[in-house]
Amino acid sequence: MSDHAYVPEIATSRDGVEHEVQGWQGDFYGGKLGFWLFMLTEVLMFGAMFMVLTYYFTLHHADYIDASAGLNRVLGGFNTVVLLVSALTMGLGLLKMRSGDVKGAKLMIWATIFFAFLFLGVKAIEWSLEYQHGVFLGLDALQSGNAHSKPFGQILFFGMYFTMTGLHGFHIIIGIGLMLWLLKRINAGLVTPEHHILHWNIALYWDLVHLIWVFVFPYFYMIGADAGGYHIPDIGSLFGGHSNEH
Amino acid sequence: MSKSYFDETHCAIGHPKTKVMQWLLTIDHKRIGIMYAAVMFTFFFVAIATAMAMRIELFAPGAQIMDGDTFNQAFTLHGVIMIFLFIIPGIPAVFGNIVMPLMIGAKDVSFPRLNWFTFWLYILGCLIALSSLWTGNGFADTGWTFYAPYSLTTDTNVITTLVAAFVLGMASILTGLNFLVTIHRLRAPGMDFFKMPLFVWGIYATAWIQLLATPVVGITLILAILEKYFGIGIFDPSKGGDPVLFEHLFWIYSHPAVYLMILPAFGIMSEIIPVFSRREIFGYRTIALSSASIAGIGYLVWGHHLFTSGMSDIAKTIFSFLTFFVAIPTGIKFYDWIATMYKGKVILKTPMLWALGTIVTFAIGGLTGVTIAMVGADIHLQDTYYSVAHFHYAILGGVVFLFFAGLHYWFPVVTGRMYNETTAKVAFWLNFVGINLLWFPMFIAGYYGMPRRYFDYLPEFEIYHQISGVGAAVILAGLLLMFWNFLRSWNNGELSGTNPWEGTTLEWHLPSSPPPLENHTKVPYVDFNPYEYHHGEPVVKFDYETMKRID
Repeated sequence: MSDHAYVPEIATSRDGVEHEVQGWQGDFYGGKLGFWLFMLTEVLMFGAMFMVLTYYFTLHHADYIDASAGLNRVLGGFNTVVLLVSALTMGLGLLKMRSGDVKGAKLMIWATIFFAFLFLGVKAIEWSLEYQHGVFLGLDALQSGNAHSKPFGQILFFGMYFTMTGLHGFHIIIGIGLMLWLLKRINAGLVTPEHHILHWNIALYWDLVHLIWVFVFPYFYMIGADAGGYHIPDIGSLFGGHSNEH
Repeated sequence: MSKSYFDETHCAIGHPKTKVMQWLLTIDHKRIGIMYAAVMFTFFFVAIATAMAMRIELFAPGAQIMDGDTFNQAFTLHGVIMIFLFIIPGIPAVFGNIVMPLMIGAKDVSFPRLNWFTFWLYILGCLIALSSLWTGNGFADTGWTFYAPYSLTTDTNVITTLVAAFVLGMASILTGLNFLVTIHRLRAPGMDFFKMPLFVWGIYATAWIQLLATPVVGITLILAILEKYFGIGIFDPSKGGDPVLFEHLFWIYSHPAVYLMILPAFGIMSEIIPVFSRREIFGYRTIALSSASIAGIGYLVWGHHLFTSGMSDIAKTIFSFLTFFVAIPTGIKFYDWIATMYKGKVILKTPMLWALGTIVTFAIGGLTGVTIAMVGADIHLQDTYYSVAHFHYAILGGVVFLFFAGLHYWFPVVTGRMYNETTAKVAFWLNFVGINLLWFPMFIAGYYGMPRRYFDYLPEFEIYHQISGVGAAVILAGLLLMFWNFLRSWNNGELSGTNPWEGTTLEWHLPSSPPPLENHTKVPYVDFNPYEYHHGEPVVKFDYETMKRID
């Protein structure tokens, strides 16, 4: 990287005042601005999906409540906590990096990666349970015109549920990749307390990922919380144990 | 002879020795712009060929050279290439890349490696789009708008086209992001926003649209792909979905997208008019701010694509009114340009001819747009040749004509040579006569009820189609002549010098033509307005060694 050898140019106005020229190299604020703009596109992308979700909610109110009641609030709630804690570790890592504690920063990034995997693991259990109950992409319940078909509103609800939690999970996976890449760059001495824009932006990304979940969770899991019909899920059945499902 | 950016370059990875690798890996904004242009105009001619095939088919009633299904694929291919591969990346990718950093006195864009990556993302999108020509059940036959539910049920290869549109959308977002940061961070010292050339304003407004509108269509395409592939219910009415919702989401992006096409083109106009009138531009601030307000209002008008799709009357009325509002900032620009020429020293070189021609053709395209923004008129005229003619007058006669104007105007900066003026003028007149022959009869045919996207028609429409066919041939001749002129002049045109047009903006103050790798010798301090002329002469002069003002 020849970036570090960069010396900014000076432009002189007619009255002899010297102005430092901003180059594209080592432009911390440019890097931050660029990433904020990128985050804006993510917000719009999920925003459009929330709009679709809301539109169908107005059309199929009761179906939405029923469908939401069937979701697993314990696992979803647990994952919400996991993501909030991971946002904390990510933020602490950035603070440590900025204060010069590179080792502590790396530790915090590893902790964040751990929580990300924990989130994905719980998500996998959740989806598997739903699959066992016959509610999954491509299964009969979400197709129209057969004996198992759910009502239209529920088909739409679960369609958006799998799409949005799936895309959110995809962002978690990308995030894990980014954090591993960040660790590699830290180890190579390319991300340092003086030059930490990459760390800053990945922390920003991770904040957005957890922020989206903060909206996804109530919208999918909580709107049906009062509707009843919910019972503690039988996680044991996933691993071949005795099922007490009626 | 000093070294130009053709002789040396920075690369994304390492220091490759071969010329080919130096081009493929280059992060120099000028080289990337040239590569965009090369790929884009290749596809442009593929889409022209498809259009010519359709015109031959339509030369007489009944089937001539293709059946109805092939015709559906032909207009989809034409639309997908022209919209997603050519005109949306279009001017920003070519001139935004080549000229914008020069105009603000920057060495490159803010994220040169991202720019390189974006170019290859664009190439990937192009390859995916074209791959469906040979795979699956042939190219999509949905039209470039992919309306649900037909796009969800057709067995043609619509998925690859959707994926391609998504990838190209990503490239578009990243280009916009790069330009926004560049314009905010890398302007030369002293150049505040109201000292920027108006083309930079055009690119700036466009970049916001690219950034804020494209994600919406991106996710819409993803939803359609998931729906088609995994059978989830979102837009399919047989699962309770609402296909009109697809139309809303699609046009929330795709209507701002037409302003995304036209705003940088207006920027080119605002460069050419003052330079070839040798006069300071009239109403600089109003032009700059009207770009921004077109970008803003453009978000609120998408509903006029849905007047016949099922929408409440009150919504139709609101969308109709909002659509009229777009005509106001556009009108301001037109009056400003005309006022700039008043008492100016108008020089009729080819770039100016294209600009003046556009004032005519875009006025027709724009004003016919106002007629179909009226709900009542639109219900009669929608899906007829009238709207086809409106669109092509506005986009071909507006965006593409100004793109060509820019190609002539900045040809000396890019290549260091001058095109042949006489040939270029002949090419302009062929295009200008051709476009009117090709599209004006369609207004009349459409008014009498000729529907679009049909491969056959009633005998009374034959005369309009035949005049259109002749016009298409004339345009084709003009285009071939123009590009032949460019290619020939690039090889052995006269050397142009750095400032053949007596332009005032910074891309005319480079130390050599074509420019060196890192542009200006030194970054100038900008304490002047972009178009300062006094008695027909540029005011600001530089010593190109030190980039200090010597006037």
